[in-house]
Amino acid sequence: MIRKFQIGLIISSLFTTIISAQEKIVDTAKIVQLKEVIIVNRENLNNKNQVKPVASIDEYLEKSNKITMIKRGNYAWEPAINNMVSERISVTIDGMQIFGACTDKMDPITSYVDVSNLSEVHVKSGQQGAENGSTIGGGIDLKLQKSSFNKEVLNVGFDTGYETNGNAKIASAELNFSNNKYFLNADAIYRKSDNYKAGGNKEILYSQYEKYNISAVAGAKISKNGAIIGAIIFDRATNVGYPALTMDVSSAKALITSVSYQYKSKNSQISEWETKFYMNTITHVMDDTKRPDVPIHMDMPGWSDTYGFYSKMKVKKNQHSMLFNVNAYYNKALAEMTMYPSDPNENEMFMLTWPDVRTFYSGIYGEDDFRLNQNSNLKMTARIGIQDESIDDDFGLNSLQIFYPNLDKNQQRFLVNVSSQYQHQIAKFQFSGSVGYGERAPSVAEAYGFYLFNSFDNYDYIGNPHLNNEKSLEFNAAVNYSSKKFKTGVEASYFNISDYIIGTINPDFDRMTIGADGVKVYTALDNATIFTANLTTEYSISDAINLDGMLGYSSGKDQDKGNLPLISPLKYKLMFNYKRNLFNAEFEMSGAEKQHHYSSDYGEDQTKAYTIFNASASYVFYKGANKFLVKSGVENIFDRYYSTFADWKNIPRMGRNIFINISFVIR
Amino acid sequence: MKLLKYILPAILVLTTMSCSVGNNDIAPINEVQDLIKVQEISNDNHTIEVYTKSGTLVQGYNNITIRIKDKSTQAFIENAVFTWKPIMHMASMSHSCPKSDLVKVADMQNVYNGFIVFQMAENEMEKWDLTFNYTINGIAYQANDYIGVPASAKKTVTAVTGIDGVKYILALIEPQNPKVKINDIIVGLYKMENMMSFPVVENFKINLDPRMPSMGNHSSPNNQDMVYNATTKMYDGKLSLTMTGYWKLNLMLRNQNNEILKGESVTDLNEASTLFLELEF
Repeated sequence: MIRKFQIGLIISSLFTTIISAQEKIVDTAKIVQLKEVIIVNRENLNNKNQVKPVASIDEYLEKSNKITMIKRGNYAWEPAINNMVSERISVTIDGMQIFGACTDKMDPITSYVDVSNLSEVHVKSGQQGAENGSTIGGGIDLKLQKSSFNKEVLNVGFDTGYETNGNAKIASAELNFSNNKYFLNADAIYRKSDNYKAGGNKEILYSQYEKYNISAVAGAKISKNGAIIGAIIFDRATNVGYPALTMDVSSAKALITSVSYQYKSKNSQISEWETKFYMNTITHVMDDTKRPDVPIHMDMPGWSDTYGFYSKMKVKKNQHSMLFNVNAYYNKALAEMTMYPSDPNENEMFMLTWPDVRTFYSGIYGEDDFRLNQNSNLKMTARIGIQDESIDDDFGLNSLQIFYPNLDKNQQRFLVNVSSQYQHQIAKFQFSGSVGYGERAPSVAEAYGFYLFNSFDNYDYIGNPHLNNEKSLEFNAAVNYSSKKFKTGVEASYFNISDYIIGTINPDFDRMTIGADGVKVYTALDNATIFTANLTTEYSISDAINLDGMLGYSSGKDQDKGNLPLISPLKYKLMFNYKRNLFNAEFEMSGAEKQHHYSSDYGEDQTKAYTIFNASASYVFYKGANKFLVKSGVENIFDRYYSTFADWKNIPRMGRNIFINISFVIR
Repeated sequence: MKLLKYILPAILVLTTMSCSVGNNDIAPINEVQDLIKVQEISNDNHTIEVYTKSGTLVQGYNNITIRIKDKSTQAFIENAVFTWKPIMHMASMSHSCPKSDLVKVADMQNVYNGFIVFQMAENEMEKWDLTFNYTINGIAYQANDYIGVPASAKKTVTAVTGIDGVKYILALIEPQNPKVKINDIIVGLYKMENMMSFPVVENFKINLDPRMPSMGNHSSPNNQDMVYNATTKMYDGKLSLTMTGYWKLNLMLRNQNNEILKGESVTDLNEASTLFLELEF
């Protein structure tokens, strides 16, 4: 195992030296934002896409260097930026706030959209990601696919996919129409997978899923500069297995709607002004009736409804590019648990695990990108917000008062996020440094959760309404070099987090879940630090051959220098891409070193090193204006049995998988 | 605005009118309106109406309200002075049970209140009866009848013998409507002096450890042991219930010297105390 990792390292470093030896002079690159944009859009469908066209959104996100995906099964992975998960990052859909309804994080927001809905995903690290909401680790904004009024378009697209591992079937269809007055994007996608097999043909029970998603976005131009745009997404997953957890999901359902007024002008100082009202509702139903040996059967439904608006304005004035965002949302989070005693004459056991928490947030964000001169700019961002929380259900308030007898129904929080970033370009080098300060409120589960079982460390968790806001002071530095043939960059981020929220054991409390080791209560560590660094390189050996490499390092420590959980070990990726006319082939090696710094206190054990290999090839055919793309490949070629640090309870990842995707676009 | 000018006085007039209507007409307050009649026990002169919240009597603690009606005038009597005696007629013997005095309720006109703790339920052969001895204006009367005391679904009363050889009776008095919260728990503790006398035991202590056997003996935090309240002559504590369902209240009875007279602590090896009460909601 170690040997494989070493080989990987050697190849990576060899590759790095090759490329550094071959620098060539090219035109100076423009100053670019330190954000990552993942293209999901099918319209730009081409075989340069590294991902399968109908890969899940999770697979797309996993390709990002900034993101790691926490897996509890084969569906609904949880994204993490800078090794920070849901509570510490801001995930939005087209700027809309939306919150999962599962107390056990089985439904990250990303599970309620699909690639068919999206055009791109914006990933921003740290305080750069505070545009849509308070954050510590960063922000992910999933951009819906919207046509413009500029061109006349009418096309119909179909995609189908099949994967041998899990017998997965994917089918999707979409219709895009636009003219100078109206546009419509409508799509539907369906996915179904049986249990997948880990390396060595080992079936992973309860890893099946089925889902469909339909969406429509329509716009009408109502004046020279104004347009009204409405969007609706309906997403439903059924029969989703979570092999790492003790429960599955019988139904996860989301309805996401919005209507917005958009003003765009090329001539005025206000280049863009969008005001959007939105509403979304999620119903999530956990189910354990398919598990043969549970100590007690239980139902755990959860609901999350969010109503909100934002008004975003882009202003350009001289050397300033400014963005203002006023936003507010109201969220209702309720989850309950009913357990059925083996003695049918006994009453059902009922509790509220999220006590109908109402969160009302309103805030304002401002950003000024100030171009100091030809080569440098300074970007400053600030967000302030007020958050009002109340426990609306007396049953829930009474329940929490068992732990906190003096708990009030209401509380208020004040949140501040600020950052400042300086970028400087010298010839082909770009330097960037930033400093930021951010705060976040505890999540509903962290503040108000009631006996939430965490299978990761086998403890029941109790929320703590008296938690302070978590605060982070962050520093980022990046150096990028870019020439025509060769690009390389190093980026490092350091987060010094105070009042770091994490569960700690309280020996006075007795576990609720049968088989759990005890109770942890969310508390705040005085201090924790997280450090991440990435080295990326891209080298074009010729017009046809391209090499990509990535090396990522992370570290996370608590105040006593103990390890934080879910921190990535050293990981690497190397990609070889061959492209000739309409043919594209790709070979990828990725892996991670042994997890040296794992956190046994938080239920982690050491993850072994691994390296896996993937290969794929694709071809695009054109017939008139119609396009036809075939992509096929093998993932985990050597059928390696492995799991990564991000796999809940070490559930192994997929073994060898042969896939084929076929896409048509008919114009 | 103009409209307001007319509406406001109109509203004012209406409200004052409705107030005065209420004031003039003193409606008789129904003193048993939240209660349900269990039965009537009568003699030649009077009918005694027995009420409880549920409309039945049950094994365990019963809060009982009565009123007494003159059969000839149909008027309720306000000045009766009561004693009462419940008796269990068993095959070989009879005995009474713990009870309070039956006294006139302050600020009420016609009702009298007290409680009885039936430590055992009736069965085919063995029944309870209830005797009222009362005086009205110096004249003594008696009324007596059988009463139905079915078994309670859960153990809300227990009779045990302590290591001191004394027979104790513990009854769950509150919570009558348990909720998922920190409930006030009230337990009555009596000792059996003889077949007919069950006085309150004072200044003992009762340790409380609530558990859910169906949840692998899950217990709840922030409970408080029960201590004697000299005013109510009962034992008060705090009972946390983290969810609905069946709870076993494991108890340990301690005397004034803190010696355990009955009951054991719950541990991994010992699932339950031999002294316990139950509730389910």
